Amino acid sequence: MPHYSARIYVTLRPSVLDPAGTAVQSGLAHMGYNNVGPIRIGKYIELTLEADSEAAASQQLDRMCAQLLANPVIENYRFELQTLATA
Amino acid sequence: MKFAVIVFPGANCDRDVAYVTRDILGQPTRMVWHEDSDLSDVDIVVVPGGFSYGDYLRCGAIARFSPAMQATVEHAKAGKPVLGICNGFQILTEVGLLPGALVRNRDMRFICDRVPLKVERTNLLWTAGYTAGQVITLPIAHGEGCYYADEATLAELEANQQIVFRYSGLDGSVDEKSNHNGSLGNIAGICNRAGNVLGLMPHPERAADAVLGGVDGLPLFESLVRSLVAA
Repeated sequence: MPHYSARIYVTLRPSVLDPAGTAVQSGLAHMGYNNVGPIRIGKYIELTLEADSEAAASQQLDRMCAQLLANPVIENYRFELQTLATA
Repeated sequence: MKFAVIVFPGANCDRDVAYVTRDILGQPTRMVWHEDSDLSDVDIVVVPGGFSYGDYLRCGAIARFSPAMQATVEHAKAGKPVLGICNGFQILTEVGLLPGALVRNRDMRFICDRVPLKVERTNLLWTAGYTAGQVITLPIAHGEGCYYADEATLAELEANQQIVFRYSGLDGSVDEKSNHNGSLGNIAGICNRAGNVLGLMPHPERAADAVLGGVDGLPLFESLVRSLVAA
């Protein structure tokens, strides 16, 4: 079965406040970077999986994201799939 | 009435809840490890506060998939009472028993305090022991207690009177000044449409024994038991 690697990006929906982003922005301002605009902090997840095909891998990842890796109420997600050399 | 208190790795309010239900109310109480899936002998399930699974990924995200939570969902779907306190509230939103989500507090700080709350609805088994519009004081202790839901969900919560507790002033005024964590609509606790599932960020179990400085949480547990005995 082919192996795939996935890079998953989880970001806060625009309507959700991001106090952590605000805090980091103020940290950068203290460093002198007053030119930095609003910051949004998300999550980056890497995983590998086995699946019959890229389409099957993509379908499974979509479910993993929607049910666990992201919370669709407050977050958006996207992922990139890459085929790894078959073991 | 028999209580179950779900115990996750990282839970830390489970014994406080059991102290109230077992020692103060004198009700049989079973601590249910998160790997257990049988709740058939219990009447009320309490999902306690703490940091289940280290709060990894998101608060409550991992706990949602535990066998005990799957059984809790079945319990709720059968119309039986489920109470989620603090992290328990976060878990109930993650598992979909309650709408919305709890995100980081607006003002970049963990809040540990005692705050006034307005009781918005008293025709529930949870709140029959309070009077309409009563202002009670309960402890809060959370970093991610800011209630968020999209506009349509919020409108639905309001229309169906699902908002049970709001952060307020001591005079019952609900405004930005009394909104400690940035929650939309000053929401501190909500119930599902049927009213059998309640989630709240404040800790009623930490205000049920006078020795702890307040007893405003006790009527919640008492009215629950009374309502169920009467039913």
